[in-house]
Amino acid sequence: MNAPERPDAFKTGDLKVVGTRPVRPDGNDKVTGKAVFGPDFKAANMLQGALLRSPHAHARIRSIDIRKAEALPGVKAVVTREDFPTLEDILMNVGETAGSVLDLSQNVIAREKVFYDGHVVAGVAATSEAVAREALALIEVDYEVLPHVIGIEDAFRPDAPVLHDTVFTRGLDEKPEQPSNVPLRMRQAKGDVEIALGDAAATVSGHYSMLPVHQGYIEPHACVASWKADGKVDIWCSSQGAFNVRGLTSAILGIPTGTIRVMPLEIGGGFGGKTTVYLEPLAVVLSRKAGRPVRLTMSRTDIFRASGPAPGAVLDVRLGATAEGTLTAAEVEFKYSSGAFSGYEVFLGISSAIGHYNIQNYVVTGWGVLSNMPKHAAYRAPGAPQVNFAVESAMNELAEKLGMDPLELRLKNAIRPGETSMSGTPHGEIALVECLEAARDHPHYSEPLGPNQGRGVACGYWGNHGGPSTASVAVAEDGSILVVEGNPDIGGSRASMALMAAETFGVDYGQVSVTIADTSSIGFSGVTGGSRTTFATGKAVVEASRAVVEILCDRAAKLWNVDRAQVEWRDGEAICGAGEKAGETLSLARIAAKADNTGGPISAEASVNPLDHLPGYAVHICDAEVDRETGHTRILRYTTVQDVGRAIHPDYVEGQMQGGAVQGIGWALNEAFVYDANGRLDNPGFLDYRMPVASDLPMIETVMIERPNPAHPYGVKGVGEVPIVPPLAAVAAAVSEATGVRMRDLPITPDRVHAVLHPDG
Amino acid sequence: MSKLHVTCTVNGDPREFLCDPADTLLSVLRGPLDLTGSKEGCGSGDCGACTVVLDGQMVCSCLVLAGEAEGSVIGTIEGVAEGSGLHPVQRHFLEKAALQCGFCTPGFIVAAKALLDQTPNPTETEVRYWLAGNLCRCTGYDKIVKAVMEAAAELRQERIPA
Repeated sequence: MNAPERPDAFKTGDLKVVGTRPVRPDGNDKVTGKAVFGPDFKAANMLQGALLRSPHAHARIRSIDIRKAEALPGVKAVVTREDFPTLEDILMNVGETAGSVLDLSQNVIAREKVFYDGHVVAGVAATSEAVAREALALIEVDYEVLPHVIGIEDAFRPDAPVLHDTVFTRGLDEKPEQPSNVPLRMRQAKGDVEIALGDAAATVSGHYSMLPVHQGYIEPHACVASWKADGKVDIWCSSQGAFNVRGLTSAILGIPTGTIRVMPLEIGGGFGGKTTVYLEPLAVVLSRKAGRPVRLTMSRTDIFRASGPAPGAVLDVRLGATAEGTLTAAEVEFKYSSGAFSGYEVFLGISSAIGHYNIQNYVVTGWGVLSNMPKHAAYRAPGAPQVNFAVESAMNELAEKLGMDPLELRLKNAIRPGETSMSGTPHGEIALVECLEAARDHPHYSEPLGPNQGRGVACGYWGNHGGPSTASVAVAEDGSILVVEGNPDIGGSRASMALMAAETFGVDYGQVSVTIADTSSIGFSGVTGGSRTTFATGKAVVEASRAVVEILCDRAAKLWNVDRAQVEWRDGEAICGAGEKAGETLSLARIAAKADNTGGPISAEASVNPLDHLPGYAVHICDAEVDRETGHTRILRYTTVQDVGRAIHPDYVEGQMQGGAVQGIGWALNEAFVYDANGRLDNPGFLDYRMPVASDLPMIETVMIERPNPAHPYGVKGVGEVPIVPPLAAVAAAVSEATGVRMRDLPITPDRVHAVLHPDG
Repeated sequence: MSKLHVTCTVNGDPREFLCDPADTLLSVLRGPLDLTGSKEGCGSGDCGACTVVLDGQMVCSCLVLAGEAEGSVIGTIEGVAEGSGLHPVQRHFLEKAALQCGFCTPGFIVAAKALLDQTPNPTETEVRYWLAGNLCRCTGYDKIVKAVMEAAAELRQERIPA
C-alpha cells in the first residue's frame, strides 16, 4: 500500500506537475552504466595513488623513511606529514556544522601520532596500482605503540589512555585540571525533574547501549586531483557537496579557494558520510609533487577502518507521567563516541532527544567521548537515532506500565502546531498528531499476530535544515528551460528541481533540464545533507524561475508594445491584457526566438539562505517474529508514516522513507563495529558487517501525510533523514514483545536473542 | 611477470586484452575495456555491484580472474539494452523509481535480467532471494522488487504468441 494518502484538510492549490511521478532526468544514464561515478573518472596521463595506513590503534610516529619507496621505478611521488602545512586551529563549516580544520587535517594524514587502525601515514603516486602498492611496502615507519582504548565507558574513565593532551572537558562548571577523552558535556534543563519524578504516578527507567554503525554507501570514496604549474587545482570527485570539498581542501592545504575547481561526479550514496574530505587533499599534494593527475580510491576495508561511523552510545532514561499518561518528567543522559576527534553529534542528540513531546520538567545531558576509532561522520539525522532509541523504548515501557496503547500515550503528549519545542523554536505547520492518528488507524496496527511475533511502534523527529543555495535558470533559443544548481543528486533531486521549475513556468516536465555545475560555474551551495536540498535549493530554483518569468513578461510587453502590467503569465505563455493585441498569447518559444531583439539572453540566478525550514516527524510500526531455536529475528511487516510537507516527486519521498527505515532495521538487528583486543576493526567488510539484503525484508509500506510548509513555494519539508530515527525502538519493541524480554542493547543479534530466550544456555 | 593475452566476446563484440595473472575480470572490464558500468563496491563478492554474465552464469566479476575469461562470452550492463532503447527491466527500474543513487543499479539490472531469462514468472520471495547477493543501501529494496516483478509481467506478455 504505497499510494499517497492526502488528508483532505491539507489539500491545497491546483498543482499540475508537482506531485507527479515522472522518470528522473539522470535515470537513463544510471540504468545503462553510462553515469560517471567517483571511481569511474579518468584523466589523461593519470597516476594511480595508494595510501599507507596505520596497523596500530594508537602509536607515536618516531620517523618515516620513504627513500626506498621513492627509488622504486614507476614511483612519481611519496608524501607524508612533512608535505602538509602546520595549521592554526580554526573552526569552519564542515558539512552542516562547524568543525576544527586542525582535527580534519590530522584525520587526513597523521602527524605526531596515529589515532586509529587505518589512519593514513603516507601516500604514493605511481604509474600503476601494483607499483604504488609495492612502494607502500618499502616505506619504513618507526612506531612507538601506545596503549589504546575503544569502548565509551573505558575511554571515559579517568585512568584511560588519553588521546590528546590538549583536550579538557568543555561545558563543566570548572575547567578540569587534567586532559581527558571527554571534549564536551552539554546540558539542557527546564523545571525540576526530581520533584516531578517523585510526584509521578508512574515512572520507568532504563540503561541502553549500541555500538558504532557505518553509513554503508556502496560507492567507495574516490577522486582525481590535478595540480597545474600555475597553481590551479582541478578535483573530480563524488561528494555530498563540491563546495564543501573545495573549502576544506583549501583550508587544509592553505591554498586560495578560488584556485580550486571541484567537478562533481555522480555520487553512489553518502548518507552524511560524504560531507567531509578524506582523499582530496592527499591527491592534490601527490599531484603537486608528481606533476601529473593522481587518482585515489578507498578499498571497502579502508572505508570501514577509516571513514564513517555514526556514534555508538550508552544512554540512561527516566520518564515520569500522571496516571492518565501525561508526561511530567524526562531525565536523559547519554555518552556518544566521537572517534579520534571531536564531533557535533552530542549537540544534535540533545536537540533530538525529547523535542517531539511536551514535557514541562526535563534535564538532558550529553557527553562526547574520544577513543581510538576513526573520526565519526554524519549519518542520516546524525545523533538522533541513538537517543531516540532510548527515549522511545522508555515510552513503550511506560505505556505498558500505564496500561495504555503506546500510540495513544504518544498522542497525549505529542507536540502540536504553535507549541514550542525543547530547542525553543516555535513549530508551525507540523503534523505529528496526524501521523500518530494515521498509524493508529492503519490496518497494519490491528492485524492479528501469531505466536513468537511482536509489534512495536516508535515515533521520531528531526529538525531538518535550510541554508545557502544558488541556482540559475536560462531560457534556450527554442524555449527550453535550463536549470543549473550546485547540489549533487543523491536520490532524485534533479527530478524535484525540474518539477518545481516546470510548475513555476507552467510547462511540461520534459521541457526542463537540470545540470549540477562545478564550483566555478555556479554560486555557493551548501552540502546535499540535512534534508535541505529540495527545500533550500528548491527555493533558489523557484526564485530564479520566477525572475525569468518576470523577464519573459517584460519581453512580451515589448513585443506587444504594451505596459508590463498588462501582461500575465499562465500555463507557459504570456497573455496580453490590453491594446489591440488583447487576448493574444506568446509562447515561451516565440519569446525566446525574439530574445535578441528585445534585450538579449534570458536568464536569472538566485541565491538564498532560508532558515524557515520545518522539522520532520515519523511514526513507524514494525512486526517481527523470533525463531526460538536460532534467535533469528524476521521482520514480517513494516509501515512508515511521515509528515512530508508536500511530496514534490512522491516516488522519491517514499524511497527516502523506505531506505531510511531499512537502514534503521539493519542498525537495530545486525550492524555494529567490532574491535579486537589490539584495537583493530574485526569486521571491515560486507560479509561480516551485515547490512540488510532483499531477502531479509518485506515491502516497506509508506503513508505520506502532506501538510505543506507555508514558507516554501510548494510546501517542501525535508524528508530524507527522519526515516532512520524511529526504527531502532520500533524494531526493539517488536522483538521485546515477541520474546517477552526488553531489548535494551543493539544490535539485537541472534545470539543475544537466543541468550535471553535460553538464559540457562 | 609476463602478461596474458586473452580473447573473448563482450556484449557480442570480439575483444582482446593483455592482463596480469592476478588481474580480476572486473579490473579489466573497467580498465582496458573501458566498460565502467560494472562497479566495484567491495572487491570481495559481497555487494554484487560488479555482476556480469559469464558463459550464461551470473558472477561477481571481482571474483573472476581475467585470465579465466579466455574464449568466454561475457555480458555486462552496457549490453543489456539493444541500441539506444532500454530493456524492460531497465525501463521498469526507471518507471518504479527503483534507484536513488544508482551505483548498485547496473548489478541489480544484470542480475534481474539473468533471473527473468531463466524464471519468467518468479514469486516475490524468489526475486528477493535471487537478488540477495546485491546490496542496495538507498532504497530498502521495495521498489527494486516491484520493478523486477513488473518487468517479468511485461516480458511474459511479450512471449505470448500473437
